[in-house]
Amino acid sequence: MMREMTGAEMVIQALIDQGVEHIFGYPGGAVLPIYDAMFHKNQVQHVLVRHEQGAVHMAEGYARSSGKVGVVLVTSGPGATNAVTGLTDALLDSIPLVCITGQVPTHLIGSDAFQECDTVGITRPCTKHNYLVRDVNDLARVLHEAFYVAANGRPGPVVVDIPKDVQFARGTYVGPENISHKTYQPRLNGDPEKVRAAVELLAKAKRPVFYTGGGVINSGPEASRLLREFARLTGFPVTSTLMGLGAYPAADKQWLGMLGMHGTYEANMAMHDCDVMVCVGARFDDRITGRVDAFSPGSKKIHIDIDPSSINKNIKIDLPIIGDVKHVLSDMLTQWRAMKAEPDRKAIAGWWGQIDAWRARKSLSYVKSPDVIKPQYAIERLHNAVKDKDVYVTTEVGQHQMWAAQHFHFEEPNRWMTSGGLGTMGYGLPAAIGVQVAHPGSLVIDIAGEASIQMCLQELSTALQFNLPVKIFVLNNEYMGMVRQWQDLLHGGRYSHSYSESLPDFVKLAEAYGAVGMRCHRPGDLDAAIQEMISVDRPVLFDCLVDQKENCLPMIPSGKPHNEMILPDHPEALDEAIDEEGKMLV
Amino acid sequence: MPPVQEAPERHTLSLLVDNEPGVLARIVGLFSGRGYNIDSLTVSEVSHDSKLSRITVVTTGAPMIIDQIKSQLDRLVPVHRVVDLTVAGKSVERELALIKVRGKGEIRQEALLIAESFRARTVDTTLESFVFEITGKPDKIDQFVSLLVPLGLVEVSRTGVAAIGRGSDPM
Ligand SMILES: Cc1ncc(C[n+]2csc(CCOP(=O)(O)OP(=O)(O)O)c2C)c(N)n1
Ligand SMILES: [Mg+2]
Repeated sequence: MMREMTGAEMVIQALIDQGVEHIFGYPGGAVLPIYDAMFHKNQVQHVLVRHEQGAVHMAEGYARSSGKVGVVLVTSGPGATNAVTGLTDALLDSIPLVCITGQVPTHLIGSDAFQECDTVGITRPCTKHNYLVRDVNDLARVLHEAFYVAANGRPGPVVVDIPKDVQFARGTYVGPENISHKTYQPRLNGDPEKVRAAVELLAKAKRPVFYTGGGVINSGPEASRLLREFARLTGFPVTSTLMGLGAYPAADKQWLGMLGMHGTYEANMAMHDCDVMVCVGARFDDRITGRVDAFSPGSKKIHIDIDPSSINKNIKIDLPIIGDVKHVLSDMLTQWRAMKAEPDRKAIAGWWGQIDAWRARKSLSYVKSPDVIKPQYAIERLHNAVKDKDVYVTTEVGQHQMWAAQHFHFEEPNRWMTSGGLGTMGYGLPAAIGVQVAHPGSLVIDIAGEASIQMCLQELSTALQFNLPVKIFVLNNEYMGMVRQWQDLLHGGRYSHSYSESLPDFVKLAEAYGAVGMRCHRPGDLDAAIQEMISVDRPVLFDCLVDQKENCLPMIPSGKPHNEMILPDHPEALDEAIDEEGKMLV
Repeated sequence: MPPVQEAPERHTLSLLVDNEPGVLARIVGLFSGRGYNIDSLTVSEVSHDSKLSRITVVTTGAPMIIDQIKSQLDRLVPVHRVVDLTVAGKSVERELALIKVRGKGEIRQEALLIAESFRARTVDTTLESFVFEITGKPDKIDQFVSLLVPLGLVEVSRTGVAAIGRGSDPM
């Protein structure tokens, strides 16, 4: 389809042709023509945010819960710079986004014009790719290409910077048909030889483990289904990173829980002692490996990833398979069946015996209290109250995030949205709003901390405006708890500026926004209060006052290997856990 | 605890990239952002119609890092091809340098003799200075420059390495 129209009209037309139903944005001088085009053609629903960072996190929540590309529209200068945190967040968590930014007119670029900034320069290292469109006749192609690049290969954010004169100029629009990038053609199918070698390794494995990550989610629901099928067929244990929770059902007996710094003892020990590790769409991040030179010393490592640069980045891999998770898993299953492979059942049974012994340490246990709400207890009760509902969970960043990952159990992919790579406080509320836009009838909960929630709280106003009844469940410990925990660990308990001073009255604050405010501080009242929260069909800010001193365990102290975890039955080990070298790490 | 203890190696990489604004910034930014070394970098358009540029980067790093550099470069959207000339077989590497020497009398004679023996051309002459042009492998130029230091070397301008594989096959 070729048609004459203005650049601004092309933006809207391209969104429509890409099947975009919702965009998250904020107007300003350099995008007014696009807002005007939207005014004339209101096929795409625009969610007006309160801060551009919020727009990007919303688009992230939207994308992660729906599998679609999230779309953002912001103005030049401060609009673009405010989006940078969200773009970086999406880059580190491999979330497909297209972010359209307005720019000063081409003849003013470089003149320090009002609200000019070098958007492509600033966003180059925090996007998968970016474009500055100088000619209206390139615009349609670039927009379609942006969607292609964002969604294909390892997903990520793409910025399209459009000067205002290009938005006004008339040119020829081309549709998305036949637009694929001339050179960017990621490989989807794994090398058959490597797939065969992997299956042979697995059939001989005596102590195997599946180490899965966000790549399984990104590959789509079929990848999760195949992972489940493969696990069932082999009887092998499965663990996952923070990013991959839900790809494998937490209720399943082969599930070891999350691994890594705050993962379970059994997951980390299984990683340490395994003889064959199958990494599926994860990237050996430092939160996962602990000390790299002591990471899983005796295992053969298979790594399935769509991004070749993830291979051998931190950990030496024995058998890399470049490809999309669902394609590779499907080929592995076919190969397994074709070879009539059988797991070494006797060895696997012995392995499970060992794993059960680790499990018996109950690394997620905590001491319950009749007087004060333990944060873990709050998450447990929340999970219990909503587990049979159609529920999506987002989080902020801190202890509450880790407790949510540990104690809220996910059975399906795309249900759990958290800022894993960047660890962005302020992510959870806007992400929840984005999720709610994608799933209007579902229950969406942001598990928050009292410090984090203040970073993007203004988006509560967005939730009200668009009738998005998100629930914000604040584990209020009056501390930047995770910071306080590290000050315990590394700095002799000197709580320098980690107390949440001058907190607002969250109930009144919620009410000021027109939302529902609730507060609970007694364990005995908690269940009823949670019921009330989820029964309200409006946004709720739930101020849950929890134990201020609780630390998040278990924990692999930084610089330590997996088998030197600190468990809740010996928390005092935290005090001298980290040596001088470990202190340097984050 | 760096994961890699292997000895660093020097590799010459040849890249074919879209000749579009920002592509060089992307590549340089990747090196600086991830802490990789650039020993030398040359860029030029290959031909007007193909809209392609060729970049030659000389870098040093442990083998695992060199592999990282290659796959990180390869995943940049405007990068078409990455070839590691150091492992791809035999290749030719050349660099051009312009070198200014100042001096009078004997010293001047000496500089001229050395230039001759290195097959450098004299491209500018005044009564008290020369500018030499020399092409060759980078270490030949290093050597030439070091010999000129005591003979009044005042300025060096080097192009960086251009490289190409030997034999009939293109990259
Ligand atoms: C934007 C940003 N700034 C700073 C940090 C560092 N940081 C990590 S956790 C944390 C404290 C979070 O406190 P709160 O939201 O109350 O959560 P809690 O740990 O108490 O559950 C801070 C400051 C961060 N992750 N993100
Ligand atoms: Mg807190």
